Amino acid sequence: MTPRRVMLAVFLVLAVLHQDVWLWDDRSLWFGVLPAGLGYHAAYSVVAALVWAVITRVAWPEDPVGPAAPPEGTP
Amino acid sequence: MTALLVIVAYLAVLLGVGLASTRFFQGTGSDFFLASHSIGPVLLLLSLFGTTMTAFALVGSTGEAYVSGVGTYGLMASWSGAIHPLMFAFLGVPIWHLGRRHGYVTQIQYLRDRFQSEALGWLLFPILVLLVVPYLLIGIQGAGITVAAVTKGVTTTAAGAPAGVPPWLTGLVICGVVLAYVGAGGIRAAAWANAFQTGVFLVVAMIAFVAIVQALGGPEAAAAATAAKRPELLAREGLIEPLHFLTYAFVPLSVGTFPHIFQHWLTARSPDAFKLSVVAHPLLIAVVWVPCVLIGVWAGGQLDLPPEQANKVLGIMVARFTSPVMSGVLTAGILAAIMSSLDSQFLALGSMFTHDVVLHRDADVAPARQVWLGRVFVVAVVAVTYVLSLFESRSVFDLGVWCFSGFAGLTPVMFAAVYWRRATRAGALAAVLVGGAAWLAMFVADATAEVPGELLPLGLAPATYVVLATTLALGVVSLVTAPPDEAHLRRFFRPVGA
Repeated sequence: MTPRRVMLAVFLVLAVLHQDVWLWDDRSLWFGVLPAGLGYHAAYSVVAALVWAVITRVAWPEDPVGPAAPPEGTP
Repeated sequence: MTALLVIVAYLAVLLGVGLASTRFFQGTGSDFFLASHSIGPVLLLLSLFGTTMTAFALVGSTGEAYVSGVGTYGLMASWSGAIHPLMFAFLGVPIWHLGRRHGYVTQIQYLRDRFQSEALGWLLFPILVLLVVPYLLIGIQGAGITVAAVTKGVTTTAAGAPAGVPPWLTGLVICGVVLAYVGAGGIRAAAWANAFQTGVFLVVAMIAFVAIVQALGGPEAAAAATAAKRPELLAREGLIEPLHFLTYAFVPLSVGTFPHIFQHWLTARSPDAFKLSVVAHPLLIAVVWVPCVLIGVWAGGQLDLPPEQANKVLGIMVARFTSPVMSGVLTAGILAAIMSSLDSQFLALGSMFTHDVVLHRDADVAPARQVWLGRVFVVAVVAVTYVLSLFESRSVFDLGVWCFSGFAGLTPVMFAAVYWRRATRAGALAAVLVGGAAWLAMFVADATAEVPGELLPLGLAPATYVVLATTLALGVVSLVTAPPDEAHLRRFFRPVGA
C-alpha cells in the first residue's frame, strides 16, 4: 500500500472518530469546567493537526504536470 | 465612549499597516493581484486563517452555541480543522503549480482553460459573485451588531433610550477602511493587514476570554450557572441530531471554491509554503472556536435573550462582563477577524471582474484602466451589499451556512478539474447547473418556510444534497460525452503511464 493510500485510510478513520455518538447525551464536565462533547472535539482538532503533519511528510502532492513540462505564458 | 475610542484607534492603526505595505508595491498587475508570488509560510498561514475566520466564527459561533450548545464546535470547527487542510494541500498545491505554469489569477481562468469552455466562465462569474455577497453581508452585519451592543450608551434613540453606534455607521466605516488599503496596495496590503489582524484577534480573544471567565466567578461557576439554568446546552441530545452532525462535513468543502482563498494560494512563494498552514490551521481554529463556544454556552446561564437575537450574545457578554477598555479592545479584535476576510473578498471580486470579464473580452485594455474598472466593480458590489446589510436579516450562522453550502457544491468540479482526466466540458456545465438548481430550491424553501428553523431535508444538511447532485451530474454527463483531447490534457496532467 502506498503512503498516500495509508494516509487516505488514516483520514477516513479521522472522519469516523468525528461521530462521537457515545458522548451525545453526556453533560459531564471534564475537570469540572469543559463539557465532555466540547473537550472531545477540541482534542480531535489536535489529532487532526498531527495527522496533517504526517501527511505533509509522507504524501505531499506533486506538480500535476510533472517537472519536465515546459512553462507557458498567460492563456 | 472609552470602548469607541479604542475601536477608532485600532481602525487608524490598521489603515496605517495596510498603507505601509504599499511601499513594497512593484506597480505591476502580478504584484497587485498575486504579490509577485512572494508570500512565505507564516504570512500565508495568517492570511489563509484570517480569511477563513469571519463574523461566522466569532459572532455566529457564540450565538449558535447559545442556541444549540456545545455541539456547535463539532458541527463546524472540528470538521473544518480536518477538511480545510485537505483543500489547502490537495487543491491548493496542484493549483499553485498550474497557476504558475499557465499564469492564472482567478479560478474562472483555470476552469475555462481546463474545460475549454467560454460558457462555463460566463456561468460561474455571476454565481461566484452572488455567493460572495452573503459572505460579505455576514461580515458587515456582524460588525454592526457587535459594535452597537458594546457601545450602548454613547447615544440615545429618538425615544430617549440608550443606544450604541448605529450599525449603518459601523458598516460604512469598516467598508471604507478596507476599500482604502486594498485599493492602494492590492493583495500584499490584504496579506499584511490579515497577519496583523489575525495576531490581534488571537491575542485579544484570549485576554477577553480570561476577563469574562473571571467576571463570571471562574469557569466552574460559569459552567454551574449553565447547568442550573439551561443544562441541555452542555450536550447535543435534543439540539443536534447525529445525521445532521455527520453531514455538516460537506459544508467546509466550500473552502475549495472560495475565490479569495484561490487567490491567496497563488500568492505562495513555493508549494512548501503551504505546509505550515496545513498543520497549524486545525490548532488555530481550536484556539478561536473553543472560547467562543464556551462563552455562548455560559451565556445560557446568564442571559434571557430569545434565539432570534443570538447574534447579540457575544457583544452583550463582552459589554456586561468586561471593562470599557477591554470591551473596546475585544471589539477591535472582532472587527479584525471580520475585516481580515472582507479585504480578501473585495480584492477577489475586483480580480474576477478585471480578469474574467474586462481582460477576457479585450486583452488590450491599459493596466491603469483595468485597475480602475476593477475598483469601480468592487465599490458597486460593496455598495449593494452595504444597502442589504441595513435590513434585519436571519442569523449570521444560518446565512453563513447557506453561503458555504453553495460554494461547497462547486468543489467537486474543482477536484475533478485537478484529478479526473475524464471530466468533460459538458460534465462541468451540468454539475454547475444541477448543483445550482438544488441549492436554489432548498434556499427558497428555507426562506419561505412558515415554521422557523434550519432546513434539514430527511435530517441531512442541505450541503449534502448540493454536493451529491453536483458530483452525480459531473460523473454521469462526463462519462456519456466524448473525453477531452489528450494533447489538451497534457497541459494539466502527466502523460498516461508516467
